[in-house]
Amino acid sequence: MTLRPDTFKSLVKVAAEQVIASAPELTALDQAIGDGDHGTNMKRGFEAVLSKLDAIGSQPLAEAVKTVGRTLVMTVGGASGPLYGSFFLAAGEALSRKTLPEDLAEVFGSGVDAVSARGRSQAGEKTMLDVLVPVLETLRANAGRADLIERVRATANEAVARTAPMQATKGRASFLGPRSVGHIDPGARSSCVLLHAVCEGLEGKQ
Amino acid sequence: MKDTVGIVIVSHSRDIAKGTADMVRQMVGSEVKVSFCGGNPDGGLGTNVSLIIDAINDAWSSKGVAILVDLGGAETNSEMAVEMLEPERRKLVVVCNAPIVEGAVMAATEAAGGSSLEQVRAVAEELTAG
Repeated sequence: MTLRPDTFKSLVKVAAEQVIASAPELTALDQAIGDGDHGTNMKRGFEAVLSKLDAIGSQPLAEAVKTVGRTLVMTVGGASGPLYGSFFLAAGEALSRKTLPEDLAEVFGSGVDAVSARGRSQAGEKTMLDVLVPVLETLRANAGRADLIERVRATANEAVARTAPMQATKGRASFLGPRSVGHIDPGARSSCVLLHAVCEGLEGKQ
Repeated sequence: MKDTVGIVIVSHSRDIAKGTADMVRQMVGSEVKVSFCGGNPDGGLGTNVSLIIDAINDAWSSKGVAILVDLGGAETNSEMAVEMLEPERRKLVVVCNAPIVEGAVMAATEAAGGSSLEQVRAVAEELTAG
């Protein structure tokens, strides 16, 4: 697996299109336990990313990843903007010192650490970290394996489902206390959508 | 005019942010610079990093700026905005853990007396400590 800027551009396009397509589902999930804006916020952010696709394709990979991050920070309009934005800004920063695919887990881990710091949150609090952290563990444990993409996808699916019985202690859903139990976390779901899109995009390149 | 800590009000609603700023100006007067913003980049309910950065720069003072926020995303987006400022400005901006209306009025009152950024923040945050 190599990741050249034009490969990244096509991954970003697939990811943005799938996030935009999932906006009604994300909004419905957020209406159950949040303020109902996750779908429209993510859609706005990724539409802005799509509008910068040519610039993203012309930049060195580390810079292109940071452009995605900066765009999300400036356009999403909810907490998910700085959270996803920080993921891509930190991953892009890590990429300027690391190489792919060898350091994939490390680069992804830099992004996960940034989300954790930005949200002052850990896995287990019914957030996007409940998908990102298990996926990071899968990346670490299966580096270089032929079925890595399949394992990432399975991990993400299982991880999203596990957010349903959790009680939220971070974010707007924490206002609901025990009533947050029984609903999938919208941020965990949008992370899963993004990861699936990247898996699909990478499979198309193989 | 003596330099006083600037106050920035960040709400999901521009109406709430503006109303809070109006209250501060009426109660504290014009010796403290107050700026406000609210709404997502499309103008709906939410917050917007770029508007927050503009508001911080509008209220800028050599003594620093205290930001008052309403709910979660306003805080996360304000923290992000602070990190995107020029490095020398970053350490002179704080996001107060205080109720937005009472916090803004208390912070501005303290700022008007010429207090430091840390004193302004402490007075606003006493509201949460009680």
